[in-house]
Amino acid sequence: MQKLFISGLLLAALSACTATRGPGQLYYWGDYEDLIYLSYKKPGNATPAEQIERLSKVIDRAQAEGKAVAPGVYAQLGMMYAMVGNQPAAEQMLMEEKARFPESAVFIDGMLERAKQMREERAAQ
Amino acid sequence: MNKFIVLMCLAATLLLSGCDTAPQQENSLIYTYAPRSILVIPPMNNSVEVNASYTFMSTLSRPLAEKGYYVFPVAVIDNFLKENGLPTPAEMNGIALDKIQQHIGADAVLYVSIDEWGQKFQLVSSVTIVRATLTMVDTATGTEIWKARVSGSDSNSNQQGGGIAGAILSAVVSQIANSLQDNTYELSRQATNRTVAADLPKGPYRLEAEAAMGAK
Repeated sequence: MQKLFISGLLLAALSACTATRGPGQLYYWGDYEDLIYLSYKKPGNATPAEQIERLSKVIDRAQAEGKAVAPGVYAQLGMMYAMVGNQPAAEQMLMEEKARFPESAVFIDGMLERAKQMREERAAQ
Repeated sequence: MNKFIVLMCLAATLLLSGCDTAPQQENSLIYTYAPRSILVIPPMNNSVEVNASYTFMSTLSRPLAEKGYYVFPVAVIDNFLKENGLPTPAEMNGIALDKIQQHIGADAVLYVSIDEWGQKFQLVSSVTIVRATLTMVDTATGTEIWKARVSGSDSNSNQQGGGIAGAILSAVVSQIANSLQDNTYELSRQATNRTVAADLPKGPYRLEAEAAMGAK
C-alpha cells in the first residue's frame, strides 16, 4: 500500500514535468548558452578564440544533423571574430544572422555600419 | 517505517523542486500585440549575489526562442549597450523605448528583476533559491503585454545519521560542494524553461513550424 502511494507520487511528479515540454526543438543550441554563462562567470573562461572554435562547432554539428542553428549563434560568433580583429569573418557571420532571422535587421545593419565607419576612419589616419 | 518517511520526503522534494510552476497569468495582450522579436535587457539584480544578473540572462534565450520568438543575441546586445555608455544592468533598464526601436528594432522588451538568488544555510540543509519576475513590454506603445514569475529551489538534505551534528556537517559539506559547482545556473535554466514553456504563448516561428508539420 505504501509502495503504491509512493510510486503514485513519483508518477505525478514525473508527469507534471513532461506535460510542460513542447513537441520538438526548433533549433540546435550546442554550447551557445554555456559559453555565454562561462564568459560572464569568469572572464577568461571563454576567450574569443575558444568561443570561435566552439561556436563554429555548434554550426557544423547543426548542419551535420540537418537542424537549424539557434538565433544569436551567428551574431555571437561575429562578435568574437570582431574581437580578434577578423573583420571580414565578423561581417559574414552578422550577415548570416540577418539572413536567417530578418527580425535582427535593424540591429545588425547598425553594427555593420559602425564597423564600416571604423574601418574608414582607420584607413584615413 | 523510517525508510518510508525518507521516501516520502524524497517524493515530496521531487514534487516541490521539480515542478513549482508559477500560477498562470493573464496573457491576452501578447496575442493582441503579437511580437516577433524579443530584446532581453540584462536583469536588474535585487539580490546580493553579484553574478545573478548575467547567470540568469544566459538561461533566457533558449526557452524564449524555442517558444517561437526571435531573441536578440544577449551578450552582443550587452556589449553594444556597454559601448554606448550604459555600463550596468541598472542603467540599461532605463533606456527609452524609442531608442530601442530605432537602434535595435525589437518588437518587445523583456525586463527581468531578480528577487532572490543563491544559497541559504538552514539548520539541516542548504537550499539554493532562484526567483525572478519577467515583464514583457510592447516597444511601440509601452504596454505591458506579459508577466510571469520564475521560481526554483533545490534543497540538499543529505541526511547521513549522526544526529544533528552529523546533519549540520553534511549541510556544510554540501554547501561547499555546491558553491564550487554553482547550482544557480542549472537551477535557473530549469526554472526559466519551465515557466516559459508553461506560461508564454507560442510565437511565430513555433506556430509556423507546427503549421508546416500539419500541412505535411
